[in-house]
Amino acid sequence: MSELMAVSAARRLQDGEVCFVGIGLPSLAANLARATHAPNCVLIYESGTIGAKPTELPLSIGDGELAVTADAVVSVPEMFAYWLQGERIDIGFLGAAQIDRHGNLNSTVIGDYDHPKVRLPGGGGAPEIATSVRDVFVMLKQSRRSFVERLDFKTSVGERVRVVVTDLGVLEPDGDGELRLTHVHPGVEPEEVRAATAWDLSIAEDLAVTEAPSEAELGALRSLRTKGAPG
Amino acid sequence: MAELVPLRTAIEQLVRDGDVVALEGFTHLIPHAAGHEVIRQRRRDLTLVRMTPDVVYDQLVGMGCARKLVFSWGGNPGVGSLHRVRDAVEHDWPRPLELEEHSHAGMAAAYAAGAANLPFGVVRGYRDTDLASQTNVERITCPFTGEQLAAVPAHRPDAGIVHAQQADRRGNVQLWGITGVQKEVVLASKRSIVTVEEVVDELEPRPGAVVLPHWVIDAVSHVPGGAHPSYALGYYDRDNEFYVRWAEISRERDIFAQWMEENVLRESVLA
Repeated sequence: MSELMAVSAARRLQDGEVCFVGIGLPSLAANLARATHAPNCVLIYESGTIGAKPTELPLSIGDGELAVTADAVVSVPEMFAYWLQGERIDIGFLGAAQIDRHGNLNSTVIGDYDHPKVRLPGGGGAPEIATSVRDVFVMLKQSRRSFVERLDFKTSVGERVRVVVTDLGVLEPDGDGELRLTHVHPGVEPEEVRAATAWDLSIAEDLAVTEAPSEAELGALRSLRTKGAPG
Repeated sequence: MAELVPLRTAIEQLVRDGDVVALEGFTHLIPHAAGHEVIRQRRRDLTLVRMTPDVVYDQLVGMGCARKLVFSWGGNPGVGSLHRVRDAVEHDWPRPLELEEHSHAGMAAAYAAGAANLPFGVVRGYRDTDLASQTNVERITCPFTGEQLAAVPAHRPDAGIVHAQQADRRGNVQLWGITGVQKEVVLASKRSIVTVEEVVDELEPRPGAVVLPHWVIDAVSHVPGGAHPSYALGYYDRDNEFYVRWAEISRERDIFAQWMEENVLRESVLA
C-alpha cells in the first residue's frame, strides 16, 4: 500500500516545483516524481542540501549521497531562515501520528505532555514547514487512532494542507478547510475509510478511484527501492 | 587557542558536571567518540542540547549523564524511536529527564543568536501550536512593522563539541559536506572541542567548507573514526546497519547496559 501512497503523492507534484522532503514515504514520492513526469523537481532536504539528486533512497536526511549530488549545500540555520522562512519552497511533505479534520498535526506526544503515554520524536521542521511552504502534502496511514476528533498535541497547523494521502485514499480540504474524502484507492469502499476516521468524514460528491500505478511508475519505484528504504 | 590534545584530556578539562553541553552534527559528522568519552568519565547532571538527538544522545541519557534535554527532533532517523530517551521520559529510568522542546527553526536561530552574542533569535514560527506554551519562547512585536514574532533565547552552551574531517597542526579546522550548525555551536559555546579524522600539515581549501580558526577552539583531538556510526564525507560512509541494530540493542535496559559495558566503558581510550 505504501507504493500506492507514493504514487498518489508523486502524481500531484508539478515538474519544476521546489519540494521540502522528509525521509521515508515523502522521499520515495518526490524521487518517483523526478524519475517519471517531473524530472525538474528540486528536492530540498532539511540537512541543507538543495537540488539533491539521489540515485538511491537515503535512510536519513543527511546521507552523503544527498550532499554529493546537490546543487548547493547550505548550513542548517541558513536552510530554515533564508530558504524555508524566506518562502522559497512550493511543497512541504509532513507525516504525523495524529491528524484532525482541519489538517492540524501531532508528532509530539500521545497522551498528556508532561506524562505521555508515548513520547514521539517531536516537531523537527514541521511547525515552520506547515506555515512557510505554499502547499503542505501529508502522508500517513489511516485509522481511528491517527485520524482523531481531537489531537493530543498540536505540533503544526493545517491551514496550508492541500492534500492528505493515506493507505485507503486521498483527502482534500473543502471550502471551509475541513478534510473530505476525494479519492479511494482501488478496492477500497468509502465506508471503510469512514470507519477508519474518528470524525464524521464527509465524502466528495465526485469521489474518484485512484488510478492504479502504471508500468512506468512501478518500474521507477522498483529501481528506487534500495539501501534500507522503508516499506 | 586550540591545543592538540588526547580526547580524554579534552573532555577532562572542558566538560564538567552540571554543564550545558551541545554535541552537534546533522546526520553527518556526529561526534560519537567524544560522547563516549563523556560517558566513560561519568559526567552527571548535564543539560544536553541538540537539534536532532539520536543514538549518541540515547546512550548519554541511558547511562544517566543528563538531567535535561533541549531539542527539536529526537529519533533514530529512518528507523524509529530512541528507546532510552523514551524510557527516561516515560518511566524516569535511569533518572528523570526534563525536556525543553523547540522547532528546528527555533533551535537554529538560538544557536545563530549565541554565535552572534545576541540574547535571542527571532523566527516567525511557533504560531498557533501547542509547542509555544510548552517551551521557552516569547511573543515579540517588530518595532518597525508591528508583526508578531517569536523570540527564542540564545543557546550559550558551556561546552560545544563537534567532529570535522581535518585540522592542521596549529588547530585550524576544516569540515565539508553537510555542515549543519557546527560553526554556530563552536562560536556560541564558552568552551569548544573539535575531534578530527586527520591532522594535516596544511588545510587545502574545499568548496563549501566551513573553516574554524584555531583561536575560536579550545581543544582539537585526533580521533579517526570518531563519527562512527555517523559518517565523515571523504573518509567513511554512514553505518546504516548499525542504526537499524540500535533499535534492538536499546530496547531493553539490560541488553543496552551490557552493550555499553562491552563497547564503550571497556574501550581503551582513543588517541
